[in-house]
Amino acid sequence: MRTVEQTLEEILNLAAEHFRVPRTQLSPDDDFFKTLRIDSLQALELLTRLEQHFGVELPDYEFQGVTDFRTLADRIQARL
Amino acid sequence: MLDLKPYQSLQEALRDALETFHDHVCLIESDRGRERHRLTYGQFRDLTRPLARALQDTGLGADPDPTAAANRAAIIMTNQSRWLLAAYAIHYSGGVLVPLDYKLTGREQLALLAHSQAHYLITEWFFWQQITRSEGFADFRARCVVVTDAPADAELCGAVRWEEFVARGAGREPVFRPRRRSDWACIVYSSGTGGRPKGCVLTHDNYLEQCWSLTRWYPFWPGVRYLSILPTNHAIDFMVGYIGPFVCGAAVVHLRTLRPEFVREAFATYRITYVCLVPMVLKNLERGLRQRLQELPWLQRRWLAGLVSLNRMLTRGRPRPWLSRRLFPAIHRAFGGELLAIIVGGAFSDPQMLQFFYDLGIPVANGYGLTEACTAVTVNNLKPFRPDTVGQPLPGVEVRIVHPDADGIGEVVVRGRNVMSHYLDDPELTAETIRDGWLYTGDLGRLDRDGHLQLFGRKKNMIVTAGGKNIYPEDIEAFFEGLPVKEFCIFAANYLWPARTLADEQLVIVLRPEPGQTCGDALHSELTTRNRRLQDYKRVHGYLVWERDFPRTASMKIKRDVLAAEIRAAVERSAMVPL
Repeated sequence: MRTVEQTLEEILNLAAEHFRVPRTQLSPDDDFFKTLRIDSLQALELLTRLEQHFGVELPDYEFQGVTDFRTLADRIQARL
Repeated sequence: MLDLKPYQSLQEALRDALETFHDHVCLIESDRGRERHRLTYGQFRDLTRPLARALQDTGLGADPDPTAAANRAAIIMTNQSRWLLAAYAIHYSGGVLVPLDYKLTGREQLALLAHSQAHYLITEWFFWQQITRSEGFADFRARCVVVTDAPADAELCGAVRWEEFVARGAGREPVFRPRRRSDWACIVYSSGTGGRPKGCVLTHDNYLEQCWSLTRWYPFWPGVRYLSILPTNHAIDFMVGYIGPFVCGAAVVHLRTLRPEFVREAFATYRITYVCLVPMVLKNLERGLRQRLQELPWLQRRWLAGLVSLNRMLTRGRPRPWLSRRLFPAIHRAFGGELLAIIVGGAFSDPQMLQFFYDLGIPVANGYGLTEACTAVTVNNLKPFRPDTVGQPLPGVEVRIVHPDADGIGEVVVRGRNVMSHYLDDPELTAETIRDGWLYTGDLGRLDRDGHLQLFGRKKNMIVTAGGKNIYPEDIEAFFEGLPVKEFCIFAANYLWPARTLADEQLVIVLRPEPGQTCGDALHSELTTRNRRLQDYKRVHGYLVWERDFPRTASMKIKRDVLAAEIRAAVERSAMVPL
């Protein structure tokens, strides 16, 4: 079982890879809409990528209002 | 389709539709590419009977006053079959439907539930949890709460599971409670989650007339499949993803997840005929399509450019879907091959984006509407395609421009049987908004020689996001309460500094510091932190420091229009510090 810190680290790596930004530019409390310069639909794309990686189904509505990587990690961790 | 003119109420028309189109498919629900279920109109009717009966057993529709709070029932759900089953059962029972936005926070939903005084709530487990954990839940006074999708071990906090509730009504016929055209059908909130709630009271007449006029230009028929993407609580989807298709015997496709890849897949799988989108979603489709086209080899791109020119010439007067599908078979296959139109509205659409799709043979009908006008005021009928306008007034709808300037631009006012009855419990706001039967929209526009409406900005202090959300600055201010300044006020930037555009609308917070206070890094950081707690579409884009006290009324309310005029006269937009 992953720890929430491991989950967070994996999310940051995946986000960097998916949106082609240097991993060093991302930190846990970043507003990912701003840092990654993405809209809510692109955030949903990231959610699909995370589902594939973590092997869980993540309902769209549970992630409404989530804007930073740390909260994202908490929500995913709850479903692992 | 049914002839709607003789009907007195929505439920009467819908009841007949379920019989008339008994064996046709009305609903398809898919989850991540897996079809969950498919219902015919007959099956839909059978599923709603026990639900309506159970609602009636708890008192829905029993109050002889059709407008009584005891007859109001709210729905907070994502797009799914049960949304429409519940809406049908509420209306069948003589209830007034209150569709609420599932994207609001629990606290905001509680505020609107309280304002609407709905005695019933039908919602999904996730949203019910959100509500029960919100501040203000102790004051929540609904008589009956029904929840769907609740896990087996869930603590229901007084709610009843959908399955259990429906079972209570099984085997007994519900009573059909007729309503008149002038009776209330829905209370739809156009805004006001943090400030002054704007509950638009829409009558059965509003819906029947709006449906009649929309289907003149965009008819549905059995076999048509409408992809429901916009939230059903939104006026557009309620009309085009429920009432319209149902009275015509068409099918509605719901997706439990709206990830772009599943939306793309649904077009092909279900051979979608119509879809309504907000510009943000259309932009995403455009981005994906452009990227794929750019990856084509040079020669193919040249060939495509030639086909685009040919298609443009052939479709100058009107769309010719059969022809365009032959010119661009691969693109049209990706959209299911039967798409007749994408209807786009709810916010400003970039004409170049609309032209991009039309050039590929995908007609995009740009429209304009507001909840206060039931759904739509104008729509492009594509004869010919006009990306630069939001179309012409629908049949039965009148549009005028009042106090036009030298360029013919003035406030857009609307009259017709689609215009709402009033704002719930707000006669003052109603009187400001509807004058002599005309709805004052607060939008600035011009009618051209062909009767097409062009929009140029807003007279009112609000913004509409690319996702179609109406944001009123007053509603955001509560999130900045306690900010360490003397006073503050939020404005739409285009209201402070009028711009003849509806693109990229922004909010700006005006800060009046305490005497001697400097607005340094600490304040900037505080603003950023608070801003981030807001949903992304509600965020403030920048701030402005204002060194004078705000003008106030005798009751100490900020005189926003006076303050705006002072700021406009003294400061330029470039003074806004981005957040």
